[in-house]
Amino acid sequence: MAPNNQKIDFVHRQSAHCESGVTANLLFHYGINVSESLAFGIGAALFFGYFPFIKINGLPLTTFRGATGQILKRVTKGLGVQIKRHKFRDPEKAMNALDRIIDQGIPVGMQTGVYWLPYFPPALRFHFNAHNIIVYGKEGTEYFVSDPVFDKPVVCSRTDLMKARFAQGALAPNGKMYYLARVPDHVDIATAIVSGIRDVCKTMLKVPFPLIGVRGIRFLAGRIENWPEKLGESRASLNIGHIIRMQEEIGTGGAGFRFIYAAFLQEAAEILGEKRLLHISGRMTEIGDRWREFALFGVRNCKGRALEENTYPAMADILRDCANQENELFRDLANLIR
Amino acid sequence: MLKKNVPQDGGILDRWHEISYAIDDDGRYILAPSVGWEPANIANKQAWELISKQVADVIKRIRARELSPLAYYMVKNQMDTDLLAKYVRLSRWRVRRHLKPAVFRRLKVSILERYAKIFNVSAEQLFDVPEFSSLDLNNGPQ
Repeated sequence: MAPNNQKIDFVHRQSAHCESGVTANLLFHYGINVSESLAFGIGAALFFGYFPFIKINGLPLTTFRGATGQILKRVTKGLGVQIKRHKFRDPEKAMNALDRIIDQGIPVGMQTGVYWLPYFPPALRFHFNAHNIIVYGKEGTEYFVSDPVFDKPVVCSRTDLMKARFAQGALAPNGKMYYLARVPDHVDIATAIVSGIRDVCKTMLKVPFPLIGVRGIRFLAGRIENWPEKLGESRASLNIGHIIRMQEEIGTGGAGFRFIYAAFLQEAAEILGEKRLLHISGRMTEIGDRWREFALFGVRNCKGRALEENTYPAMADILRDCANQENELFRDLANLIR
Repeated sequence: MLKKNVPQDGGILDRWHEISYAIDDDGRYILAPSVGWEPANIANKQAWELISKQVADVIKRIRARELSPLAYYMVKNQMDTDLLAKYVRLSRWRVRRHLKPAVFRRLKVSILERYAKIFNVSAEQLFDVPEFSSLDLNNGPQ
């Protein structure tokens, strides 16, 4: 296909997390002023899950956010925005389809693996396949990319982008791309906020499965306590390090998305005119600070520089405290928006 | 977290910043750029040390003629036989066979090129294995 040059006038706004950032920025392009944290909250993305039977690099999966694709889906549905999605088998066809859409002046979101993205800092290049970026133009064989977790837009060659779109392994993107097809003149943000809050309260408190939500946090606390005995010091410390990475390594805004959610509650307070949400936001911030403390304790164990109070039982106690506080918070939140 | 407490511990982000959500003096949330946080840096380093150790082990086993050089490129690119098989579109058992030095030496060029393409090296380079594990983060995966 002949390379048509095209550069869509697209505003790059940096965000903490890729999917909420992509969602917010695509909407912003069509005149719907939604911040990242609003997208995150409406998308009901706050979560906790500990899945020891799913292994990443041989270590159990701990996650602080809901399933991939959920934010985009819930936000567009909640606001009545029509979205078009495509998946591909053939990488060439996937790239040609992308070219056709950006030719029409439409910015295109897509799922990629991060391992093959050349602009990623080497230290962050792992086989993680649920990254989201926006392509907003091309010149020759170089694509203009708005990757929301970076300060500025970047460029990516066709070869690299193709590889990233067809990364293999868990959560393989299969060239998945999406764009907004129809945006209503008026969106009802308040209703979408309420339903987003309701959904999060449900997953954090009511899922009848012991590894999810507040119960999941307590379950993990119980496990952590026994790790040094069961796994040995070095394996235990690898497990802790892995949790810390899921919680703090780029893309969560700090404390496993707890701070983003607190920011969302502040915005929700203003939009809904409900002052009590401000207080709950403050409590969420305190819980986030506790999670950060957990990371700090844990990393001292990884370095073998643990102080006497940084034991595994002490870490488990912090998590139990987080669980108790989150339990109360989501109950109050659920009552408030009922 | 207060804005003034947003950590600025460089380490893994290169020239980039990440966004931290923090509270300003008026108690309002703002998006604060950060160059990193030491606990996250240390956890990241721990993950790389593990990969580096795996690479060193594989190099030793290649020198001892237990594994083919393919094993080095596989582990260096953080892959196992499952993942590599998907990338080169070969069955797992074939990839596993290619990890044997005797089998690998006799591979057709077309198969070698499939591997070379994924690892961004030439087919000849596939036979080169360094003496030591040198995961240079500044150059990134190749």
